[in-house]
Amino acid sequence: MNQKKTISTLIVLGSGKYDHFSTSSSCQSGHLGGHTTEMFRLLSGTDPNVYKPRHYMIASTDKMSAKKMNEFERNTLEDMDVTFINRSRHVGQSYISSVFTTLWAFFTVIPFVYRIRPKLILINGPGTCIPIVIASLLLSILFLIRRPKIVFVESICRVQSLSLTGKILQYLPVNILVQWPQLTERYPKTQYIGRLV
Amino acid sequence: TTKFDLLIETIVKDANVLHTLVDDLHIEKLILQIGSSPMPSHETTPIPIQFYQYKDSIENDIQQADLVISHAGAGTILQTLEANKPLLVVINEQLMNNHQLEIAHVMEKQGYLYFCTCATLAETLKKFVNHRFEQYEKGNPLLFGRYLNEIMTE
Repeated sequence: MNQKKTISTLIVLGSGKYDHFSTSSSCQSGHLGGHTTEMFRLLSGTDPNVYKPRHYMIASTDKMSAKKMNEFERNTLEDMDVTFINRSRHVGQSYISSVFTTLWAFFTVIPFVYRIRPKLILINGPGTCIPIVIASLLLSILFLIRRPKIVFVESICRVQSLSLTGKILQYLPVNILVQWPQLTERYPKTQYIGRLV
Repeated sequence: TTKFDLLIETIVKDANVLHTLVDDLHIEKLILQIGSSPMPSHETTPIPIQFYQYKDSIENDIQQADLVISHAGAGTILQTLEANKPLLVVINEQLMNNHQLEIAHVMEKQGYLYFCTCATLAETLKKFVNHRFEQYEKGNPLLFGRYLNEIMTE
């Protein structure tokens, strides 16, 4: 039997509420877990026997995402693991202190990414993505890991403009998918392949 | 906060809104998710009201509804459209930033729902009489799966 190659995948879950970079409330924030709901819809279209092991990263305070993950993975527990990270940022924290906590997040994720060395990183919104992306790029530049493919899927809420995370990621080697075609005109580095969630 | 949610208050007390709901749209019962706001007095509301603060899932309530009126949370909007229910999205102009209107705006443009503010609720509800919305097509995650397969074999 032909054994399919497996692709170790890092999936960052989070709600907009804990977004480092959110200065304005996202249309998801009233519905805690909106990003997570979208991520699991995306994952439902992928082959779980190929994209494994699935390494989840969730904020320790994000009960909703943990619950959704357990639901999604209830029959596939051997193909996944989860790491909870401590969120030291408070909602409404000032911009300047956000910079410090982001730097802190960055340093704590480096050993995490080094340990799991994913071939693929899936992100869709929360600001926690950015330290993960930078950590993985840095580790690969230093030849400590192979450079993973990084895919960012912008929320379906984003119709006319990219999120701040999306805007930043445009400048990094990241594949950015949007869910409304008009965004590709405004942001030529993004791609539209259809509505995904 | 001890303030009443303006949308809940409007639904429960505004005579024009209630007239359209009851007489034009033949709504016989209201089910309200009120969140953390207190429930306003509603002795004068002509139809029975059932209310709760939060639920783990409002899926059942959406499935049983003939009409859904909601703020612009994307989750609720998609859930309701996927259940093919008539939906009125009520925008809170003070709380929301421009991009939060985007999803309501594009969905209305494509004929999937109507949106309004609390002030224009009554008149917008009238549009629901004998109105057929466009059928919403759910997004396709398989497209995402295929995309991943392509880029991972590059």
